[in-house]
Amino acid sequence: MNKESLRSAFADTILKKAQSDKEIIVVCSDSRGSGLVTDFANELPSQFVEIGIAEQNAVTVSGGLASIGKKVYTVGPASFYSMRSAEQIKVDLAYSKNNVKIIGISGGISYGALGSTHHSLQDYALMRAIPDLLVLSPSDSNQMKSLVDELLLTTVPAYVRIGREAVPVIYPEDIKIKIGKAIKWFDGKDIGIIASGQMVHRAIEAAELLKKDNISATVLDMFTIKPLDKETIIELAKSCGCILTVEEHSIYGGLGSAVSEVVVENYPVPMKIIGFTDDDIPNGSDTEVFESFGMDANGIVMTAKTLISKR
Amino acid sequence: MNVEKSKELLSLASSIREKTVKIVIDGNGGHIGGDLSEIDILVSLFEYMKHDPKKPQWSQRDYFILSKGHAAEAYYAVLQQYGYLTQEDLDTFGKFGSKLGGHPTKKLLGVEANTGSLGHGLGIGTGMALGLKMNGQENRVFVLTGDGELAEGSNWEAAMAASAYKLSNLTWIIDRNHLQISGNTEEVMPLENLVEKVESFGFHVIDIDGHNFEQIFIALDTCIENKPVCIIANTVKGKGLYCAENNVEWHHKTPSLEQYEQLKKDMKDLVERGDQ
Repeated sequence: MNKESLRSAFADTILKKAQSDKEIIVVCSDSRGSGLVTDFANELPSQFVEIGIAEQNAVTVSGGLASIGKKVYTVGPASFYSMRSAEQIKVDLAYSKNNVKIIGISGGISYGALGSTHHSLQDYALMRAIPDLLVLSPSDSNQMKSLVDELLLTTVPAYVRIGREAVPVIYPEDIKIKIGKAIKWFDGKDIGIIASGQMVHRAIEAAELLKKDNISATVLDMFTIKPLDKETIIELAKSCGCILTVEEHSIYGGLGSAVSEVVVENYPVPMKIIGFTDDDIPNGSDTEVFESFGMDANGIVMTAKTLISKR
Repeated sequence: MNVEKSKELLSLASSIREKTVKIVIDGNGGHIGGDLSEIDILVSLFEYMKHDPKKPQWSQRDYFILSKGHAAEAYYAVLQQYGYLTQEDLDTFGKFGSKLGGHPTKKLLGVEANTGSLGHGLGIGTGMALGLKMNGQENRVFVLTGDGELAEGSNWEAAMAASAYKLSNLTWIIDRNHLQISGNTEEVMPLENLVEKVESFGFHVIDIDGHNFEQIFIALDTCIENKPVCIIANTVKGKGLYCAENNVEWHHKTPSLEQYEQLKKDMKDLVERGDQ
């Protein structure tokens, strides 16, 4: 399967958009290289703002730029923006209704052996507790491109988490997404699997493996963590009778928690949350790490079978 | 500044002091010490800045951010004085559902930034000044911080960026009243030598008496090519309410009606004498 990184999808798209829209500004915190926006900085220097290694100030200055009408895209490591700058995102973006989109790069465990300081496994939890903030975690490069189109249409601030490496392209180039609307894969009746980010293609692979054992699964690509597509989740609970969530995030407070809040209040069914427990994350490639936490396709299949037996 | 203008400002500031104390008494609380130290600065700013309450979104207006958002009562009194709020609005302070909270928000006409958490105003002002400069606009941005607030590292991150981007359209005013909730700033977390500190961050620094209108106006009128300006306005916490002046207990204390009557008498004497 063809692979592309969401970072380059974002960088290419925002450069094209900014060439014809001078109000678009990219803000970085010594992160232009890892954000792949060096070309942007070179081609459109008057629309690029370097703040240095100061993520909190990058968010606050972005808020100031937005409050005089700029459309600001602040690009830097998801781990630092979501935790170190959480207060600035809460106060200067969300509470202040400033049109700033945080593009949190190298999210989840993307930084691999750089370790816990660089992992962002609490960002869904932190960001989704902030009122008036969109929280997004797209799953492939074409979805990312369509997401930039959508983000340009709204003045609501957003936190977008993307990974570092190239991931399988699962959507056509002309895909049109709608923020807040999950994308449904398959029409299974035995189990509903809800995934986000780079767990989506693994969930799809798991659904295909389950098919071989005569288990039919529906997969939801929940790329919008907030506002959550409650309606589709309730439909899934009704049609499948059990729900498994898969996320590159702590099992506390993230996608699984968000889904269970909806399920418990509306249509309780057995659930299982796959994600990172509090156990130490070993150094290794993301494939190896995901496998060790049961987050690869085979791991998802095993948990799915256990869950179905409890239905 | 001629004597008449100076007297007019003194009279205006005195009436704002009375109004502020009344707001705090009626609302049963507020940050009176920091309210009273900033009033001469606020009155000067609202006289000096380009702004129009009839067109709060006027494209050529100057921007003001109260970074020390807890000193909101004096700000509300000034916003009412200049036509952004009504007396009825002020009367709701401290009551359920009032649009006037303990910290200002952009929901109020004339307020440019939501503040309350300290150490944000200078960064927001930096972003605004940078955006205005990118647009080639001549609007100026004024940010008023406290002094205790400067222990927040975010101020210094913002100061670095303001200086790096040569924001000559940005003026940072420090209400240097030397007190914060736990005591003297130099005992809680020393700031001195503040002039040198701010200068070393690339600002043109002006050290003034923050209750002297002539000095405040000269400082507000100072623009330096390629450099942001910082006005260190030395003030007295609780200024005008003599029982509260330079007294750490008055960070947030509600005056009695007797103290309010005394303030009114003292303000009347002050205006008649015509000195600050």
